[in-house]
Amino acid sequence: MKFTEDHEWLKTEGDVVIVGITEHASEQLGDVVFVELPDVGDTVEKGDEICVIESVKAASDILAPLGGEIVAINEDLADNPGLVNEDPLGKAWFFKMKLTDASALDGFMDEAAYKDFIG
Amino acid sequence: MSELKRTPLYDLHVELGAKMVPFAGYEMPVQYPLGVMKEHLHTRAKAGLFDVSHMGQVIVPGEDAAEAFEALVPVSLMGLKEGRQRYAMFTDENGGILDDLMVANRGDHLFVVVNAACKEDDIAHMRAHLESVEELTDRALLALQGPAAEGVLEALVPGTAKMRFMDVGVYNWNGAELWISRSGYTGEDGYEISVPADRAVEFARKLLADEAVEPIGLGARDSLRLEAGLCLYGHDIDTTTTPVEGNIAWAIQKVRRKGGEREGGFPGADRILSELENGPSRLRLGLRPEGRAPMREGVEIFAEAEGGDPIGRVTSGGFGPSIEAPMAMAYLPAGTEEGTTVYGEVRGKRLPAKVVPMPFRPATYKR
Repeated sequence: MKFTEDHEWLKTEGDVVIVGITEHASEQLGDVVFVELPDVGDTVEKGDEICVIESVKAASDILAPLGGEIVAINEDLADNPGLVNEDPLGKAWFFKMKLTDASALDGFMDEAAYKDFIG
Repeated sequence: MSELKRTPLYDLHVELGAKMVPFAGYEMPVQYPLGVMKEHLHTRAKAGLFDVSHMGQVIVPGEDAAEAFEALVPVSLMGLKEGRQRYAMFTDENGGILDDLMVANRGDHLFVVVNAACKEDDIAHMRAHLESVEELTDRALLALQGPAAEGVLEALVPGTAKMRFMDVGVYNWNGAELWISRSGYTGEDGYEISVPADRAVEFARKLLADEAVEPIGLGARDSLRLEAGLCLYGHDIDTTTTPVEGNIAWAIQKVRRKGGEREGGFPGADRILSELENGPSRLRLGLRPEGRAPMREGVEIFAEAEGGDPIGRVTSGGFGPSIEAPMAMAYLPAGTEEGTTVYGEVRGKRLPAKVVPMPFRPATYKR
Protein backbone atom coordinates (compact mmCIF):
# COMPACT_ATOMS: atom_id res chain seq x y z
CA MET A 1 0.00 0.00 0.00
CA LYS A 2 1.21 3.52 -0.88
CA PHE A 3 0.19 6.81 0.67
CA THR A 4 -0.20 10.37 -0.62
CA GLU A 5 0.35 13.66 1.19
CA ASP A 6 -3.40 14.21 0.84
CA HIS A 7 -3.94 11.21 3.15
CA GLU A 8 -5.12 8.81 0.50
CA TRP A 9 -4.03 5.19 0.26
CA LEU A 10 -3.41 3.42 -3.03
CA LYS A 11 -3.41 -0.31 -3.52
CA THR A 12 -2.62 -1.98 -6.81
CA GLU A 13 -4.79 -4.84 -8.04
CA GLY A 14 -3.52 -6.00 -11.40
CA ASP A 15 -3.43 -2.96 -13.64
CA VAL A 16 -5.83 -0.87 -11.57
CA VAL A 17 -5.32 1.17 -8.40
CA ILE A 18 -7.83 1.19 -5.56
CA VAL A 19 -8.07 4.51 -3.73
CA GLY A 20 -9.31 5.26 -0.22
CA ILE A 21 -8.47 7.58 2.65
CA THR A 22 -6.33 6.80 5.65
CA GLU A 23 -7.45 6.24 9.22
CA HIS A 24 -5.77 9.50 10.13
CA ALA A 25 -7.86 11.37 7.53
CA SER A 26 -11.06 9.65 8.60
CA GLU A 27 -10.42 10.65 12.22
CA GLN A 28 -9.77 14.25 11.20
CA LEU A 29 -12.96 14.38 9.15
CA GLY A 30 -15.20 13.13 11.92
CA ASP A 31 -18.47 11.33 11.26
CA VAL A 32 -18.99 10.99 7.51
CA VAL A 33 -22.61 11.43 6.43
CA PHE A 34 -22.42 11.56 2.64
CA VAL A 35 -19.99 10.66 -0.10
CA GLU A 36 -20.24 11.96 -3.65
CA LEU A 37 -18.41 9.62 -6.03
CA PRO A 38 -17.22 10.13 -9.61
CA ASP A 39 -18.82 8.28 -12.51
CA VAL A 40 -17.36 5.13 -13.98
CA GLY A 41 -15.72 6.09 -17.25
CA ASP A 42 -14.63 9.55 -16.07
CA THR A 43 -11.14 10.48 -17.17
CA VAL A 44 -9.27 12.45 -14.55
CA GLU A 45 -5.98 14.26 -14.21
CA LYS A 46 -3.78 14.35 -11.16
CA GLY A 47 -5.15 16.85 -8.66
CA ASP A 48 -8.74 16.88 -9.99
CA GLU A 49 -11.41 17.02 -7.30
CA ILE A 50 -13.21 13.76 -7.90
CA CYS A 51 -14.99 12.87 -4.65
CA VAL A 52 -16.61 14.93 -1.96
CA ILE A 53 -16.84 13.66 1.59
CA GLU A 54 -19.40 15.41 3.76
CA SER A 55 -18.89 14.97 7.47
CA VAL A 56 -21.15 16.45 10.14
CA LYS A 57 -18.67 19.30 10.19
CA ALA A 58 -17.86 20.18 6.59
CA ALA A 59 -17.34 19.07 3.01
CA SER A 60 -13.86 17.90 1.95
CA ASP A 61 -12.52 16.87 -1.42
CA ILE A 62 -10.64 13.81 -2.49
CA LEU A 63 -8.18 14.62 -5.24
CA ALA A 64 -7.15 12.27 -8.00
CA PRO A 65 -3.72 10.99 -6.92
CA LEU A 66 -2.77 10.37 -10.55
CA GLY A 67 -4.20 10.64 -14.03
CA GLY A 68 -6.32 7.84 -15.40
CA GLU A 69 -9.78 6.45 -15.96
CA ILE A 70 -12.30 5.59 -13.24
CA VAL A 71 -13.21 1.94 -13.74
CA ALA A 72 -15.26 1.23 -10.59
CA ILE A 73 -16.84 3.10 -7.67
CA ASN A 74 -17.86 1.80 -4.26
CA GLU A 75 -21.68 1.89 -4.35
CA ASP A 76 -21.86 0.76 -0.70
CA LEU A 77 -20.76 4.23 0.39
CA ALA A 78 -23.96 5.76 -0.95
CA ASP A 79 -26.10 3.79 1.51
CA ASN A 80 -23.58 3.58 4.30
CA PRO A 81 -21.19 6.55 4.35
CA GLY A 82 -20.30 5.65 7.96
CA LEU A 83 -18.06 2.90 6.52
CA VAL A 84 -15.46 5.62 6.00
CA ASN A 85 -15.14 5.89 9.78
CA GLU A 86 -15.56 2.19 10.52
CA ASP A 87 -13.21 0.66 7.99
CA PRO A 88 -11.32 3.33 6.04
CA LEU A 89 -8.56 0.97 4.87
CA GLY A 90 -10.92 -1.82 3.85
CA LYS A 91 -14.62 -1.68 3.00
CA ALA A 92 -14.59 2.09 2.51
CA TRP A 93 -12.52 2.22 -0.68
CA PHE A 94 -13.76 5.04 -2.91
CA PHE A 95 -12.92 4.17 -6.51
CA LYS A 96 -10.68 2.12 -8.74
CA MET A 97 -8.76 3.72 -11.56
CA LYS A 98 -6.68 2.59 -14.48
CA LEU A 99 -3.54 4.72 -14.52
CA THR A 100 -2.32 6.56 -17.58
CA ASP A 101 1.23 5.97 -16.37
CA ALA A 102 1.59 3.12 -13.84
CA SER A 103 5.21 3.94 -13.06
CA ALA A 104 4.08 7.22 -11.44
CA LEU A 105 3.08 5.16 -8.40
CA ASP A 106 6.68 4.79 -7.37
CA GLY A 107 6.86 8.35 -6.08
CA PHE A 108 4.42 7.80 -3.19
CA MET A 109 5.21 7.09 0.46
CA ASP A 110 5.22 3.63 1.97
CA GLU A 111 3.55 3.05 5.33
CA ALA A 112 6.61 3.92 7.42
CA ALA A 113 7.17 7.15 5.52
CA TYR A 114 3.49 8.06 5.86
CA LYS A 115 3.59 7.46 9.63
CA ASP A 116 6.55 9.84 9.83
CA PHE A 117 4.65 12.31 7.67
CA ILE A 118 1.64 12.50 9.98
CA GLY A 119 3.88 12.52 13.03
CA MET B 1 -5.77 36.58 15.12
CA SER B 2 -5.51 38.44 18.43
CA GLU B 3 -5.08 36.36 21.55
CA LEU B 4 -7.94 34.03 22.36
CA LYS B 5 -9.71 34.07 25.69
CA ARG B 6 -10.32 30.98 27.77
CA THR B 7 -13.29 30.10 29.93
CA PRO B 8 -12.84 28.90 33.54
CA LEU B 9 -13.34 25.35 32.20
CA TYR B 10 -10.50 25.45 29.67
CA ASP B 11 -8.17 23.07 31.54
CA LEU B 12 -11.01 20.63 32.13
CA HIS B 13 -11.82 20.56 28.40
CA VAL B 14 -8.22 19.75 27.58
CA GLU B 15 -8.12 17.09 30.29
CA LEU B 16 -11.28 15.53 28.82
CA GLY B 17 -9.58 15.30 25.43
CA ALA B 18 -11.48 18.07 23.69
CA LYS B 19 -10.39 19.40 20.34
CA MET B 20 -10.17 23.15 20.94
CA VAL B 21 -10.95 25.69 18.22
CA PRO B 22 -11.22 29.48 18.04
CA PHE B 23 -14.84 30.57 18.39
CA ALA B 24 -16.08 34.13 18.96
CA GLY B 25 -12.73 35.15 20.44
CA TYR B 26 -12.47 32.12 22.72
CA GLU B 27 -10.71 28.78 22.61
CA MET B 28 -13.67 26.43 22.81
CA PRO B 29 -14.19 22.66 22.61
CA VAL B 30 -15.64 21.71 19.21
CA GLN B 31 -15.80 18.03 20.09
CA TYR B 32 -14.60 15.47 22.63
CA PRO B 33 -13.32 11.96 21.89
CA LEU B 34 -16.91 10.69 21.52
CA GLY B 35 -17.28 12.71 18.29
CA VAL B 36 -19.99 15.05 17.07
CA MET B 37 -22.49 12.39 15.99
CA LYS B 38 -22.39 10.41 19.25
CA GLU B 39 -22.34 13.58 21.35
CA HIS B 40 -25.49 14.72 19.58
CA LEU B 41 -27.27 11.39 20.05
CA HIS B 42 -26.14 11.13 23.67
CA THR B 43 -27.68 14.53 24.44
CA ARG B 44 -30.98 13.41 22.91
CA ALA B 45 -30.89 10.08 24.79
CA LYS B 46 -29.44 11.08 28.19
CA ALA B 47 -27.74 14.36 29.07
CA GLY B 48 -25.04 16.59 27.62
CA LEU B 49 -22.97 19.18 29.46
CA PHE B 50 -22.01 22.27 27.47
CA ASP B 51 -19.64 25.08 28.45
CA VAL B 52 -21.33 28.29 27.34
CA SER B 53 -19.22 30.56 29.53
CA HIS B 54 -18.13 32.51 26.47
CA MET B 55 -21.58 34.07 26.36
CA GLY B 56 -22.11 37.40 28.10
CA GLN B 57 -23.86 37.58 31.46
CA VAL B 58 -25.20 41.00 32.35
CA ILE B 59 -27.20 42.46 35.23
CA VAL B 60 -29.45 45.46 34.68
CA PRO B 61 -30.42 46.67 38.15
CA GLY B 62 -33.47 48.65 39.16
CA GLU B 63 -37.18 48.07 39.64
CA ASP B 64 -37.83 50.00 36.43
CA ALA B 65 -35.19 48.16 34.37
CA ALA B 66 -37.86 46.29 32.39
CA GLU B 67 -39.51 49.51 31.26
CA ALA B 68 -36.20 51.04 30.15
CA PHE B 69 -35.10 47.78 28.46
CA GLU B 70 -38.28 47.70 26.39
CA ALA B 71 -36.90 50.67 24.43
CA LEU B 72 -34.29 48.28 22.97
CA VAL B 73 -36.35 45.17 22.19
CA PRO B 74 -39.73 44.44 20.56
CA VAL B 75 -40.58 42.13 23.44
CA SER B 76 -42.82 42.68 26.47
CA LEU B 77 -40.58 42.76 29.53
CA MET B 78 -42.97 44.66 31.77
CA GLY B 79 -45.25 41.69 31.30
CA LEU B 80 -42.52 39.25 32.32
CA LYS B 81 -43.24 37.90 35.79
CA GLU B 82 -40.58 37.61 38.47
CA GLY B 83 -38.82 34.25 38.21
CA ARG B 84 -39.46 33.96 34.47
CA GLN B 85 -37.24 34.29 31.41
CA ARG B 86 -38.01 35.33 27.84
CA TYR B 87 -36.31 35.28 24.43
CA ALA B 88 -35.69 38.72 22.94
CA MET B 89 -33.65 40.50 20.29
CA PHE B 90 -31.93 43.88 20.05
CA THR B 91 -33.03 45.66 16.88
CA ASP B 92 -31.53 48.56 14.96
CA GLU B 93 -33.18 51.58 13.32
CA ASN B 94 -33.79 49.59 10.12
CA GLY B 95 -35.46 46.74 11.96
CA GLY B 96 -32.39 44.50 11.60
CA ILE B 97 -31.31 42.25 14.46
CA LEU B 98 -28.22 43.27 16.45
CA ASP B 99 -28.30 40.13 18.59
CA ASP B 100 -30.70 37.66 20.15
CA LEU B 101 -30.70 37.21 23.89
CA MET B 102 -32.39 35.85 26.98
CA VAL B 103 -33.83 38.17 29.62
CA ALA B 104 -34.88 37.00 33.08
CA ASN B 105 -36.87 39.00 35.62
CA ARG B 106 -35.18 38.47 38.98
CA GLY B 107 -37.20 40.94 41.02
CA ASP B 108 -35.04 43.99 41.55
CA HIS B 109 -33.03 43.44 38.36
CA LEU B 110 -32.95 41.81 34.95
CA PHE B 111 -30.44 39.07 34.19
CA VAL B 112 -29.45 39.07 30.52
CA VAL B 113 -27.49 36.48 28.51
CA VAL B 114 -26.08 37.58 25.13
CA ASN B 115 -24.02 35.94 22.39
CA ALA B 116 -20.24 35.85 22.78
CA ALA B 117 -19.48 37.41 19.40
CA CYS B 118 -21.83 40.33 20.07
CA LYS B 119 -21.31 40.92 23.77
CA GLU B 120 -19.04 43.97 23.58
CA ASP B 121 -21.37 45.73 21.16
CA ASP B 122 -24.41 44.65 23.17
CA ILE B 123 -23.00 46.01 26.39
CA ALA B 124 -22.06 49.31 24.73
CA HIS B 125 -25.57 49.47 23.26
CA MET B 126 -27.16 48.82 26.67
CA ARG B 127 -24.88 51.33 28.40
CA ALA B 128 -25.85 53.99 25.86
CA HIS B 129 -29.54 53.54 26.67
CA LEU B 130 -29.77 52.26 30.24
CA GLU B 131 -28.77 53.88 33.49
CA SER B 132 -26.80 50.97 34.90
CA VAL B 133 -25.38 47.87 33.24
CA GLU B 134 -23.06 45.42 35.01
CA GLU B 135 -21.19 42.83 32.99
CA LEU B 136 -20.37 39.77 35.10
CA THR B 137 -16.93 38.38 34.41
CA ASP B 138 -16.66 36.17 37.48
CA ARG B 139 -19.29 33.59 36.57
CA ALA B 140 -19.17 30.60 34.26
CA LEU B 141 -22.26 29.37 32.38
CA LEU B 142 -23.04 25.69 31.87
CA ALA B 143 -25.90 24.08 29.98
CA LEU B 144 -27.15 20.64 30.97
CA GLN B 145 -29.46 19.34 28.26
CA GLY B 146 -31.39 16.17 27.55
CA PRO B 147 -34.00 13.88 29.09
CA ALA B 148 -31.75 12.86 32.01
CA ALA B 149 -30.89 16.49 32.89
CA GLU B 150 -33.77 16.80 35.36
CA GLY B 151 -32.78 13.76 37.41
CA VAL B 152 -29.08 14.59 37.37
CA LEU B 153 -29.54 18.17 38.52
CA GLU B 154 -32.25 17.38 41.10
CA ALA B 155 -29.87 14.94 42.79
CA LEU B 156 -27.29 17.71 43.20
CA VAL B 157 -29.55 20.73 43.59
CA PRO B 158 -32.88 19.71 45.15
CA GLY B 159 -35.89 21.71 43.99
CA THR B 160 -34.80 22.18 40.40
CA ALA B 161 -37.01 19.36 39.06
CA LYS B 162 -40.12 21.36 39.81
CA MET B 163 -39.03 24.29 37.61
CA ARG B 164 -41.07 24.75 34.44
CA PHE B 165 -39.69 25.71 31.02
CA MET B 166 -38.29 29.27 31.25
CA ASP B 167 -38.48 29.45 35.06
CA VAL B 168 -35.43 31.00 36.72
CA GLY B 169 -34.28 30.69 40.33
CA VAL B 170 -31.36 31.03 42.72
CA TYR B 171 -30.15 27.82 44.36
CA ASN B 172 -27.39 26.95 46.76
CA TRP B 173 -24.88 24.19 46.05
CA ASN B 174 -22.28 23.61 48.76
CA GLY B 175 -22.09 27.30 49.47
CA ALA B 176 -21.98 28.35 45.82
CA GLU B 177 -24.85 30.48 44.55
CA LEU B 178 -26.23 28.99 41.34
CA TRP B 179 -28.52 30.94 39.05
CA ILE B 180 -30.54 28.37 37.20
CA SER B 181 -32.99 28.65 34.32
CA ARG B 182 -34.93 25.78 32.81
CA SER B 183 -33.94 26.50 29.24
CA GLY B 184 -31.30 25.77 26.66
CA TYR B 185 -30.72 25.76 22.95
CA THR B 186 -30.93 22.13 21.87
CA GLY B 187 -34.69 21.51 21.73
CA GLU B 188 -34.27 19.29 24.79
CA ASP B 189 -35.51 19.74 28.30
CA GLY B 190 -32.66 21.07 30.40
CA TYR B 191 -31.06 23.86 32.33
CA GLU B 192 -28.62 26.72 32.01
CA ILE B 193 -26.63 27.23 35.18
CA SER B 194 -24.60 30.31 36.03
CA VAL B 195 -21.98 29.32 38.58
CA PRO B 196 -19.22 31.37 40.29
CA ALA B 197 -16.10 31.01 38.14
CA ASP B 198 -13.99 29.62 41.00
CA ARG B 199 -16.49 26.79 41.61
CA ALA B 200 -17.21 26.00 37.94
CA VAL B 201 -14.78 23.12 37.46
CA GLU B 202 -15.84 21.47 40.72
CA PHE B 203 -19.50 21.73 39.76
CA ALA B 204 -18.90 20.54 36.19
CA ARG B 205 -16.99 17.51 37.53
CA LYS B 206 -19.91 16.69 39.81
CA LEU B 207 -22.29 16.72 36.84
CA LEU B 208 -19.88 14.67 34.72
CA ALA B 209 -19.54 12.13 37.52
CA ASP B 210 -23.10 11.04 36.74
CA GLU B 211 -22.92 8.29 34.16
CA ALA B 212 -25.80 9.87 32.24
CA VAL B 213 -23.72 12.98 31.47
CA GLU B 214 -21.16 13.44 28.70
CA PRO B 215 -19.33 16.65 27.81
CA ILE B 216 -20.56 18.03 24.49
CA GLY B 217 -18.78 20.41 22.13
CA LEU B 218 -19.81 23.18 19.77
CA GLY B 219 -20.17 20.77 16.82
CA ALA B 220 -23.06 18.90 18.39
CA ARG B 221 -24.45 22.10 19.88
CA ASP B 222 -24.84 23.35 16.31
CA SER B 223 -26.52 20.22 14.94
CA LEU B 224 -28.81 20.04 17.99
CA ARG B 225 -29.98 23.64 17.68
CA LEU B 226 -30.44 23.23 13.94
CA GLU B 227 -32.66 20.15 14.38
CA ALA B 228 -34.61 22.22 16.91
CA GLY B 229 -35.14 24.93 14.25
CA LEU B 230 -33.37 27.55 16.37
CA CYS B 231 -31.53 30.55 14.88
CA LEU B 232 -27.81 31.06 15.14
CA TYR B 233 -26.90 34.74 15.26
CA GLY B 234 -24.58 35.81 12.45
CA HIS B 235 -25.91 33.02 10.24
CA ASP B 236 -29.71 32.74 10.32
CA ILE B 237 -30.32 36.22 11.66
CA ASP B 238 -28.24 39.41 11.57
CA THR B 239 -28.60 43.13 10.86
CA THR B 240 -29.92 42.39 7.35
CA THR B 241 -32.87 40.37 8.67
CA THR B 242 -35.82 41.59 10.72
CA PRO B 243 -37.43 39.47 13.46
CA VAL B 244 -40.44 38.96 11.16
CA GLU B 245 -38.30 37.77 8.23
CA GLY B 246 -36.33 35.64 10.68
CA ASN B 247 -39.57 33.86 11.64
CA ILE B 248 -39.14 34.76 15.30
CA ALA B 249 -42.13 37.10 15.40
CA TRP B 250 -43.65 34.71 17.98
CA ALA B 251 -41.30 36.40 20.45
CA ILE B 252 -43.07 39.74 19.90
CA GLN B 253 -46.02 39.91 22.29
CA LYS B 254 -49.32 41.59 21.44
CA VAL B 255 -48.74 44.59 23.72
CA ARG B 256 -45.80 45.71 21.58
CA ARG B 257 -47.63 45.22 18.27
CA LYS B 258 -49.94 47.65 16.44
CA GLY B 259 -52.91 48.48 18.66
CA GLY B 260 -51.18 47.06 21.74
CA GLU B 261 -50.91 48.90 25.03
CA ARG B 262 -47.19 49.59 24.55
CA GLU B 263 -47.11 49.59 20.76
CA GLY B 264 -43.68 50.14 19.18
CA GLY B 265 -41.14 52.28 20.94
CA PHE B 266 -38.19 50.06 19.97
CA PRO B 267 -35.60 50.63 17.21
CA GLY B 268 -36.94 49.79 13.75
CA ALA B 269 -40.54 49.65 15.02
CA ASP B 270 -42.00 51.18 11.83
CA ARG B 271 -40.68 48.43 9.61
CA ILE B 272 -41.22 45.58 12.05
CA LEU B 273 -44.80 46.58 12.91
CA SER B 274 -45.61 47.01 9.23
CA GLU B 275 -44.17 43.56 8.41
CA LEU B 276 -46.21 42.05 11.25
CA GLU B 277 -49.36 43.59 9.71
CA ASN B 278 -48.69 43.07 6.03
CA GLY B 279 -46.26 40.18 5.99
CA PRO B 280 -42.57 40.29 5.11
CA SER B 281 -41.29 39.72 1.57
CA ARG B 282 -39.13 36.78 2.64
CA LEU B 283 -39.11 34.33 5.50
CA ARG B 284 -36.71 31.90 7.16
CA LEU B 285 -38.07 28.46 6.27
CA GLY B 286 -37.00 24.87 6.83
CA LEU B 287 -35.72 22.65 4.02
CA ARG B 288 -35.29 18.89 3.84
CA PRO B 289 -32.94 17.99 0.96
CA GLU B 290 -34.18 14.81 -0.69
CA GLY B 291 -30.88 12.94 -1.00
CA ARG B 292 -28.18 12.56 1.61
CA ALA B 293 -26.08 15.52 0.49
CA PRO B 294 -26.23 18.36 3.05
CA MET B 295 -27.01 21.87 1.81
CA ARG B 296 -24.76 24.09 3.86
CA GLU B 297 -24.63 27.83 4.51
CA GLY B 298 -24.38 29.81 1.29
CA VAL B 299 -26.08 27.28 -1.01
CA GLU B 300 -28.33 29.18 -3.41
CA ILE B 301 -31.93 28.08 -3.78
CA PHE B 302 -33.80 28.08 -7.09
CA ALA B 303 -37.47 27.57 -7.92
CA GLU B 304 -36.71 25.29 -10.85
CA ALA B 305 -34.29 22.48 -11.63
CA GLU B 306 -32.83 24.59 -14.43
CA GLY B 307 -32.46 28.28 -15.21
CA GLY B 308 -33.79 31.32 -13.44
CA ASP B 309 -32.34 33.48 -10.71
CA PRO B 310 -31.90 32.29 -7.14
CA ILE B 311 -34.94 32.80 -4.90
CA GLY B 312 -33.05 32.39 -1.65
CA ARG B 313 -29.99 31.17 0.17
CA VAL B 314 -29.24 28.66 2.90
CA THR B 315 -28.22 30.31 6.17
CA SER B 316 -27.50 27.11 8.15
CA GLY B 317 -27.45 23.57 6.98
CA GLY B 318 -26.00 20.22 7.80
CA PHE B 319 -26.81 16.67 8.70
CA GLY B 320 -29.21 15.91 11.54
CA PRO B 321 -27.96 12.88 13.46
CA SER B 322 -31.36 12.31 15.13
CA ILE B 323 -33.45 12.69 11.99
CA GLU B 324 -30.74 10.82 10.04
CA ALA B 325 -31.07 13.22 7.14
CA PRO B 326 -29.80 16.55 5.94
CA MET B 327 -31.67 19.71 6.94
CA ALA B 328 -31.29 23.40 6.22
CA MET B 329 -32.73 26.82 6.91
CA ALA B 330 -33.07 29.31 4.08
CA TYR B 331 -34.64 32.66 3.35
CA LEU B 332 -37.32 32.14 0.71
CA PRO B 333 -40.13 34.30 -0.71
CA ALA B 334 -42.73 34.63 2.05
CA GLY B 335 -45.51 32.96 0.05
CA THR B 336 -43.56 29.71 -0.40
CA GLU B 337 -45.82 26.95 0.90
CA GLU B 338 -44.84 23.91 2.89
CA GLY B 339 -44.45 20.91 0.62
CA THR B 340 -43.07 22.98 -2.25
CA THR B 341 -40.01 21.47 -3.94
CA VAL B 342 -37.14 23.89 -4.48
CA TYR B 343 -33.59 23.26 -5.70
CA GLY B 344 -30.34 23.93 -3.93
CA GLU B 345 -27.22 24.28 -6.07
CA VAL B 346 -24.56 22.09 -4.48
CA ARG B 347 -21.21 21.99 -6.30
CA GLY B 348 -22.85 23.03 -9.56
CA LYS B 349 -25.72 20.53 -9.38
CA ARG B 350 -29.29 21.43 -8.51
CA LEU B 351 -30.65 19.03 -5.92
CA PRO B 352 -34.30 18.93 -4.84
CA ALA B 353 -35.36 19.91 -1.33
CA LYS B 354 -38.80 20.14 0.24
CA VAL B 355 -40.01 23.14 2.24
CA VAL B 356 -40.99 21.70 5.62
CA PRO B 357 -42.18 22.99 8.98
CA MET B 358 -39.63 23.51 11.74
CA PRO B 359 -38.44 22.22 14.14
CA PHE B 360 -37.04 19.30 12.18
CA ARG B 361 -37.34 17.30 15.37
CA PRO B 362 -40.02 18.20 17.96
CA ALA B 363 -38.80 19.87 21.15
CA THR B 364 -39.29 18.16 24.51
CA TYR B 365 -39.49 21.17 26.85
CA LYS B 366 -41.22 20.75 30.26
CA ARG B 367 -44.14 23.18 29.97
